[in-house]
Amino acid sequence: MKIVLSHLTKKFPGRGRGNKKKEDVTAVNDFTFEIPDGTLVGLLGPSGCGKSTTLNLICGLQKPTEGQIFFDGEDVTSLTPQKRGVGMVFQNYALYPHLNVEQNIRFPLENLKGNDKLSKDEMRARVEEAAGLVQIGDLLDRKPAELSGGQQQRVSIARALVKLPRVLLLDEPLSNLDARLRLQTREEIRRIQKKTAITTIFVTHDQDEAMSISDLIVVMKDGLVQQIGKPQEVYDNPANLFVAKFLGTPPINLFEGKVENGCLLIGEETVLTLKNVPDRPVHVGIRPEGFILSENGSFTCRLSRPEVMGRDVSIVSIHPASQNPVIRSIVDAESCENLSGDSVRFALKPRKVFLFDQATGQRIPFETA
Amino acid sequence: MENQNNKGWLYLLPALLFLGAFMIYPLIDVFIYSFEEGYNSASQTFYGMGGYNYSYVLHDAYFLQALKNTFILVIITVPLSTGLALLISVALSSIKPLQELFQTVFFLPYVTNTLAVGLVFMILFKKTPYSDGLVNLLIRCFGGGSVDFIEGPYWAKMFVLCFYTVWVVMPFKILILTSALAGVNPVYYNAARVDGTGRTRMFFKITLPMISPMLFYLIITGFIGAFKAYSDAVALFGTNLNAAGMNTIVGYVYDMLYRDSGGYPSYASAAAIILFTIVLTITCINLLVSRKHVHYH
Ligand SMILES: Nc1ncnc2c1ncn2[C@@H]1O[C@H](COP(=O)(O)OP(=O)(O)OP(=O)(O)O)[C@@H](O)[C@H]1O
Ligand SMILES: [Mg+2]
Repeated sequence: MKIVLSHLTKKFPGRGRGNKKKEDVTAVNDFTFEIPDGTLVGLLGPSGCGKSTTLNLICGLQKPTEGQIFFDGEDVTSLTPQKRGVGMVFQNYALYPHLNVEQNIRFPLENLKGNDKLSKDEMRARVEEAAGLVQIGDLLDRKPAELSGGQQQRVSIARALVKLPRVLLLDEPLSNLDARLRLQTREEIRRIQKKTAITTIFVTHDQDEAMSISDLIVVMKDGLVQQIGKPQEVYDNPANLFVAKFLGTPPINLFEGKVENGCLLIGEETVLTLKNVPDRPVHVGIRPEGFILSENGSFTCRLSRPEVMGRDVSIVSIHPASQNPVIRSIVDAESCENLSGDSVRFALKPRKVFLFDQATGQRIPFETA
Repeated sequence: MENQNNKGWLYLLPALLFLGAFMIYPLIDVFIYSFEEGYNSASQTFYGMGGYNYSYVLHDAYFLQALKNTFILVIITVPLSTGLALLISVALSSIKPLQELFQTVFFLPYVTNTLAVGLVFMILFKKTPYSDGLVNLLIRCFGGGSVDFIEGPYWAKMFVLCFYTVWVVMPFKILILTSALAGVNPVYYNAARVDGTGRTRMFFKITLPMISPMLFYLIITGFIGAFKAYSDAVALFGTNLNAAGMNTIVGYVYDMLYRDSGGYPSYASAAAIILFTIVLTITCINLLVSRKHVHYH
């Protein structure tokens, strides 16, 4: 199902302390977005940026201050959560502790009324199908307290899926799992989503998670949408400094720099020559994979150590203009065999270099000369 | 391990001593008394051991009346007060403005003296040469005949006693239930709403199981409390409860010990043991039922 969010805004009344003015907290600020049918959208952002609030608005647990929500063209803004037909996996799973796994999964089915009402056998079949999808068919008699975190999460997904929802919302469903289970379950979520083709919104603050399974990602900060796009596009073309910093492991390397007479200077060195950029101070962001080891490269750093990561080598170095304590660059193992001395020289891949306005953090487009 | 165990017992010793001295010993004593036939309190002698005391008590019209009164009281007031308290607590927790004010209002009877409440009930129900009581005024407003609630027919007196009991025990139940309701994690309600659950089903399938331990506690203590009712009846009908036909089992035990001819401890003991058996049975049944319906988490 296609979901349209139109100028969605949610403000919470502020709680003023002392003689400070009560200022409203804007948890979601003018969010406009059209989610195509059957896509998996990753909603990404740091803690407190309004991800959960956005989900709560979509499922109807909270009413927007302004704006509208459409499901397949139907305005659902004023519908109660009961009537929206949304499946939701809560951050802490919210499994009913007094019901066993089977009863938990069956719970939404028992709410169906009128024509949708199911017989006992139909319910059992649906429960077993949903349980099979997340591979918990042998746990149906357990109580939630007797399950591991990963199992609880899968029960929670089964409960959300069993009523064949029009929309599936997942609020940081993997946050309680260990690293391996996380990897495994996120693939599982992707598989289930592909299989059922339910429009899905997946909230996370882990960029790897969002990048690896989403069709589209939305990056948010302080209630404002920063950028929407395919994961690779957003990574290759960050709209601003925040998005560039937020995506990528190891994170992007940032430097103080300036543009002078068509030259991009970091420190005293000209690292790139540019066209059509007026002279100004800039933030320079270089992705770790944007460095090429080169004897006559134009960018010199002080070498601290190479870190071998198997196929690649991460070279850790230091530069006075760097905003991070160290610079990490990833190069393939062969090219750094003759790495020696205490300085290292790089050439840069222009497509992995981004310029940002020092005041606003907005991206400054450039072409190399 | 052995050492640990001994230590544990040592810590428990003071409590055990107290329990032994003031609970277990009297209980055994009462049990023995109840089988001593023809006990004479002046000479402290008895003829022999046997079940005569029980047979006497069980054939005593006053005891049977007290038994009947107590059972009616229990059967009416425990479900009624618990149900009403639950209703009021749910209503209380679903309103936001003035919630605290209402909570205070509902809790007031709890901190008010029983006798003061009794006095209020007198004003409400008692017929005096000067007035018929507030309730009778109301009844007459609606075209009914006036009823003497304190010295009139049995059902009227029983009604007042039940009303009074419910009134007195409710505040505590409301207090417990409102806090139990407030303790339910709202995330379950959110999940249920997203799952499409209606209000009624939400109450029976989420709220009730979640507060079931507290509810169960209130029902058990409610049963025990109602079986031990006595002072409420005294507050309403005076000390001569047998004459009023409103005696309770505890009242009967008390009368047998101190009232009138001044002491039949054997009969009193037998009645007390009968009460003990009843309460024990009911509590065991409660515990059995609760296994299925009470969810601890
Ligand atoms: N009921 C509320 N009343 C007031 N402010 C709220 C309320 N709920 C959320 N907020 C505020 O709205 C902002 C967004 O909250 P939200 O829960 O959506 O963050 P989030 O992106 O889900 O964060 P996290 O990753 O930590 O879960 C936060 O600043 C939060 O303090
Ligand atoms: Mg959240």
